[in-house]
Amino acid sequence: MLSIKNLTVNVNDKQILKGINLEIKPGEIHAIMGPNGSGKSTLSHVLSGKGGYTVTGGSATYQGKDLLEMAPEIRAREGVFLAFQYPVEIPGVSNIYLLKAALNSIRKHHGQPEVDAMDFLTLVKEKVRLLEMDEKFLYRAVNEGFSGGEKKRNEILQMAILEPKLCIMDETDSGLDIDALKIVSEGVNSLRSPERSFVMVTHYQRLLDYIKPDFVHVLANGQIVKSGGAELALELEDKGYSWLEEEAA
Amino acid sequence: MNAPGSLAAYTPSMAISRYAAEYQTIAPALPGQNLPWLQALRAEALAQFSAQGFPSPREEEWRYTNVSGIKKKLFLPSLDLAGSDVDAEWLKSYKLEDAWILVLVNGHFSAEFSVLDGLPEAVTVMGMADALAKQPGTVEKYLGKAADQAEHSFIAFNTAWFTDGLFVHVPAKLVLDKPIQLLHIVTGSDAMATTRNIIIADDMAEAKLIETYVGKDSAYLTAAVTEVFVGLNADVTLYKLQSESEKAYHFGGSYIKQARDARFTHHNFAFGGLLARSDIHVDLDHASECELNGLYLGVKRQHIDNHTRINHLKPYAVSRELYKGVLDDRARGVFQGRVIVAEDAQKTDSQMNNRNLLLSDDAEADTKPQLEIYADDVKCAHGVTVGQLDEKSIFYLQSRCVDEETARNMLTFAFANEMVDKVKIKGLHDRVLEQVLVRFPQQGVNKEWL
Repeated sequence: MLSIKNLTVNVNDKQILKGINLEIKPGEIHAIMGPNGSGKSTLSHVLSGKGGYTVTGGSATYQGKDLLEMAPEIRAREGVFLAFQYPVEIPGVSNIYLLKAALNSIRKHHGQPEVDAMDFLTLVKEKVRLLEMDEKFLYRAVNEGFSGGEKKRNEILQMAILEPKLCIMDETDSGLDIDALKIVSEGVNSLRSPERSFVMVTHYQRLLDYIKPDFVHVLANGQIVKSGGAELALELEDKGYSWLEEEAA
Repeated sequence: MNAPGSLAAYTPSMAISRYAAEYQTIAPALPGQNLPWLQALRAEALAQFSAQGFPSPREEEWRYTNVSGIKKKLFLPSLDLAGSDVDAEWLKSYKLEDAWILVLVNGHFSAEFSVLDGLPEAVTVMGMADALAKQPGTVEKYLGKAADQAEHSFIAFNTAWFTDGLFVHVPAKLVLDKPIQLLHIVTGSDAMATTRNIIIADDMAEAKLIETYVGKDSAYLTAAVTEVFVGLNADVTLYKLQSESEKAYHFGGSYIKQARDARFTHHNFAFGGLLARSDIHVDLDHASECELNGLYLGVKRQHIDNHTRINHLKPYAVSRELYKGVLDDRARGVFQGRVIVAEDAQKTDSQMNNRNLLLSDDAEADTKPQLEIYADDVKCAHGVTVGQLDEKSIFYLQSRCVDEETARNMLTFAFANEMVDKVKIKGLHDRVLEQVLVRFPQQGVNKEWL
């Protein structure tokens, strides 16, 4: 699904990622953990194509294609989905308009006709129910005036409708209370499938109580310093990050 | 030395004396010849215009807007409807369904194109020339009472030259269930349409009116003044859709006097014209409320100036103002907003906002909010922004499969659409929306999905 080899990235001439290696197979859930400033968000941004980052070396191959060569929207149409840490408010563009624009862009990319208006509405309403959202949300401007939990739920709604193959979740648990965290996690779990992979970037272990990862990687100072199974997250919860950072140094 | 008569030899004073000389031949054909008060008013206005000429950038309220392009031409008014070549099909595209329509062609009321069937008998809707003939006493009571011709010389110019206009009088407690559209069209090159409108809503009356300014693709001058009188607890909504030809000059002033507890809402869509200036002045009495909304869209070399003034004269009045501008190419947008709170106007509640979106490096926005507060117990806020599209929003849309160009178009449209969505008259809403979509790249904005 995704193969990252020796990836190095600069921001304003400062090296942030210092040689990342990661193999993600279909159906796997990988958690990327690490302290603040370790490069976690940089990794998710570079994979989704955000500007302001310079790739100085290495590669990221997604389904056999050079991911880093693609424009952000092409990555999205090819099935890469970034769930934002801070979803952006877009006044004047309704949720349902954006969903329709996004879904039809994907269909067009794959040579399919536009989705039928009735089928689309049925699909969207089904997903809205699944995430325990109010249908009124569909007609409100994207994220405008939404609470933190509503914004995250909205990200999962988009994910459920666009059906990506690789979901990159950037600090999804930040700003969520326990009820919202449960709903969001249930949403993510319902989307797990043998064909869909997840990269969960998170500072805390608590999200992993709800979404069980197959692999946990610890990012420190721009490198993956330790990889293991779900139990590694518990160890981190116990001991913090400093022992790993010392080991790496 | 320039040869006499060449363009370079023109001076503003020559232009003014040419207008003044021209006036002598036109004056006998202007309406209201038999009314001494109007003759005196016109003479005074002409004298003021002759002395001052057109406004100059040296005047504070005209510092961003240079009208010298008008001075270089001599626009001529039509004396009647004869010779006006109206394309009925084209005109039809601007007429609203389900509205009473009064059409002014080159500054003259056209009964042929107007639609006034089914108007309640108690309501007066007629051309200004007719009103001066049939109800001179009423006109005298209102004409020039909201617009002060000493304010600037365009008002004086309008007072001296006006050929016709709209006269609406809604009696007390009457609620008009359909809007009245004033459709102002100019068909000739180098033509001048100088119209004066009076709208009176007596106590507790309710009315919605729509001013539409359009013209065929040529250089002409529109100089229109609208005076609005909103009675005790009355409610007036006035829409202005300025869609003049891209070579035209437009000056339009709206001057509103509100009585106690009166409500007034203005929606100003400034889309057309090579150079367009609108003044909106509101006088607020005790506990009255006004809302001023504006959207200006400038492309190519358009210059669009909106100047608002809200006078809080008495306590407890509320004013809300939001003007948004989108400027592309080499267009220039000007917003000057003044809120004046008189010493007596305690408990005033006022908010003013102006937001500008620049789509090109050569576009320009000049914005100048001014608060003048002479009372000490008031709530007044103002804010101004001039900026470009938000890169974070563009990336967010891209990450949702939307290409960058479409994302930019969507965000630009969304910025403008906030103002379009405030229009609650369906037929008008759709026309304004169309006008927005033709002015900016609409690739990616799917009307069917809105």
